[in-house]
Amino acid sequence: MTLPEAVLGVMFIGLIAYALFGGADFGAGIWDLLAGGTRRGERRRALIEHSLGPVWEANHVWLILVLVVLWTGFSGAFASVASTLYIPLTIAAFGMIARGAAFAFRKSVTTPGMRRFFGASFALSSLITPYFLGSVVGGVASGRVPPGIAAGDVITSWLNLTSVLGGVLAVLVCEYLAAVFLCADARRAGQLDLAAEFRVRALGAAAATGAAGLGGIFVLRADAPLLFAGLTGRAMVVVLLSALAGLTAIGLLLLRRYVLARVASALAVAAILVGWAVAQYPYILVPELTIADAAAGTSTLMAMLVSLVVGGAILVPALGYLYSLFQRAHPSVPASTPTGGADRTERGRHRGRPGRN
Amino acid sequence: MDEFGPLLAGASENLYLARMQMALSLGWHIIFACFGVAFPVFVAFTEWCAHRRGSPHLRELAHTWAKAMGVLFAAGAVSGTLLSFEMGILWPGLMARFGEVFGFPFVLEGFAFFLEAIFVGIYLFGWDRLSPRAHLLSALPMIVSGAAGAFFVIAANAWMNNPTGFAMDAQGRVVDADPVGAMFGPSTWPQFVHMYLAAIMVTGFSVASVYAVAMLRRRCDRYHRSGLLIPLTAAAIAAPIQIGVGDWIANTVADNQPVKLAAMEGLYRTGTGVPLSLGGVYVDDELRYALEIPWGLSLLVTHDPNGKVTGLESVPPDLRPPVNVVHLAYNVMVGLGTALLLLALWLGWSWWRRRRIPRSVWFLRAVAASGAGAVLAMEAGWVTTEVGRQPFIVYRVLRTADAVSPAPGLYLGFYAVAAIYVVLTVLTVWVLRRLAHTHATAAPQEADESRADRRAAEATVR
Repeated sequence: MTLPEAVLGVMFIGLIAYALFGGADFGAGIWDLLAGGTRRGERRRALIEHSLGPVWEANHVWLILVLVVLWTGFSGAFASVASTLYIPLTIAAFGMIARGAAFAFRKSVTTPGMRRFFGASFALSSLITPYFLGSVVGGVASGRVPPGIAAGDVITSWLNLTSVLGGVLAVLVCEYLAAVFLCADARRAGQLDLAAEFRVRALGAAAATGAAGLGGIFVLRADAPLLFAGLTGRAMVVVLLSALAGLTAIGLLLLRRYVLARVASALAVAAILVGWAVAQYPYILVPELTIADAAAGTSTLMAMLVSLVVGGAILVPALGYLYSLFQRAHPSVPASTPTGGADRTERGRHRGRPGRN
Repeated sequence: MDEFGPLLAGASENLYLARMQMALSLGWHIIFACFGVAFPVFVAFTEWCAHRRGSPHLRELAHTWAKAMGVLFAAGAVSGTLLSFEMGILWPGLMARFGEVFGFPFVLEGFAFFLEAIFVGIYLFGWDRLSPRAHLLSALPMIVSGAAGAFFVIAANAWMNNPTGFAMDAQGRVVDADPVGAMFGPSTWPQFVHMYLAAIMVTGFSVASVYAVAMLRRRCDRYHRSGLLIPLTAAAIAAPIQIGVGDWIANTVADNQPVKLAAMEGLYRTGTGVPLSLGGVYVDDELRYALEIPWGLSLLVTHDPNGKVTGLESVPPDLRPPVNVVHLAYNVMVGLGTALLLLALWLGWSWWRRRRIPRSVWFLRAVAASGAGAVLAMEAGWVTTEVGRQPFIVYRVLRTADAVSPAPGLYLGFYAVAAIYVVLTVLTVWVLRRLAHTHATAAPQEADESRADRRAAEATVR
């Protein structure tokens, strides 16, 4: 493995992490959209909100890492993608803003109307953002981004069959991941009926993702022959691994083994991305710019690799601590230290009293 | 790779609005970045005091601030994400040619921001779940990574002012990029210290102004007094230091970017014994109606009344920045900074002589205005340095016009960003006002337990 490939590989780990954590996060937002009326969907929304709570920013910083590694290590390729695909990227960025703002502010409002407004914009942007990010991947993978600033067509580079496939797949994968993740969350919270509901949704999303994937084979053969050749050639093993992991996940869902189903699902999604990478290797922009040609100088790559490894060594334990802290807590049983808990209940009582006395 | 050279035919129609879009996005983000850097310090300090003195009102104050910090951090995170997209969308000519030179600090900043996001989550979520000691310890990475993140971003900006750490071949392509060396150009340290103090001043005066408004409405209990005094003291300590740092950074600019300094002062002719000009309008290579302090500028820049200062005439007209914008912004920054210093001295004097906050209602009014003043001063400072660097995006190396994307329709993005930020500003202010009124409002990183609590409480009452 060359130095540029090592740096790109680390970036790709970040991309997979974003697809898994950010993806589940987006998917939860989509389920929020489909949770039903204000009253009927309340418990589902509460579960979703609780599952996102403290980790939602951390879930999305992965994308920033991917961007900065690309623009530092593969500046020309990054500039080509950003300038040609500026429309879907801008829309995705707006979606992230709307989503983050709605999520941040939703808790601070109490009137049902405002809650619904923020809820709707949260849910809608959860749908829009992954779609356009997926369409960007489709544009790059189908070779519609030539090297050069705004050298590609700014419209057809993301309005094409492969991009649509990429967008739809991204949305479905997000929905699927979120449903699988929420199954285990609901069961841990003791809400077995919700766990059963999300199990059905996860199975439905899995079926839809599988169908889109199968249909995608024909789309790619017609629209992105180079990618198709790669996927059916060198990347065939990875594609099969993804399918196998996906089927295993479905089996585990049927058996209600939710935690194992999470692992298998994550593996299936990661394998899709790895398959894409293997299929278009050694090109960073098919069919012209190779990884080696696009790479920055050795000192830059070396500095990045060192900082990525050291940074990862600091980051991963911290992130693990956050997730474990947060997974230990239950929504229905507010864990609390004696002082804090007493303090809070006290205030709660004050709030409850006037109406009752 | 010639395709990344200065070609960009459609760029001219995008240039102005792309600059405005970037200015708007940065100008919005920087306010929240200030809070992300300095607020954790205040919150942790207050929590520490609460534990030491066993003071419940300080603990509640720290908790309210922690929630506000969470909301502001979220707003900063999303606006920062937009910025990282815009670096490529708006300025591909910059990223394609120099990404490998000055992109590295952004990688480090990515890590710093990630770490801060994680620990903001731990800190907020762990409020009642961790032991007091562990909870206070979890604030430490937040503070360190906030400062580190600021350093890395400033290092990238300082590189644009004084590019170092690379060489160019005959075709203008970058060779021998040294990303670590590029982080430590002459502007990095003065710019970072200036910005860190600015972050403390912006956060300190802004938070204090909220409590000044409350005290003007006769809510003068211990809670509100502490809410005013803690941030105001921090800002008041930073203010006089900032004046000294201002001198340091002005000297750095004079040495490395003489044209920027000339624009800041509206100085056309290079000369000795140059006066310091306040206000005025720059027309036809001359600053008119300005208030002049004899020998002032020479003294400030060279520390010698007869020192030589370079004027705008030293470069051809197309290499000069828009003088009036830079001069006005600079004067606004210095003027507001001086006013904030006077406010700090007022507090310091009163505390020294009488051990209390000045009783005058005018003091509270001044503090109430100081938040907006500090924000405006900081924004004016950024206008000074960014517009003062024009027409270059990388000083003396790359023109902004050669960096902007020529993609058709790009300029429309400005209107969309403007609309989004208007809505976002209104919402943020509204939510923070609510937070100030009802402390029960939850931050996004906290679990939504208010409802569960309420139910539990109702059950208890029943």
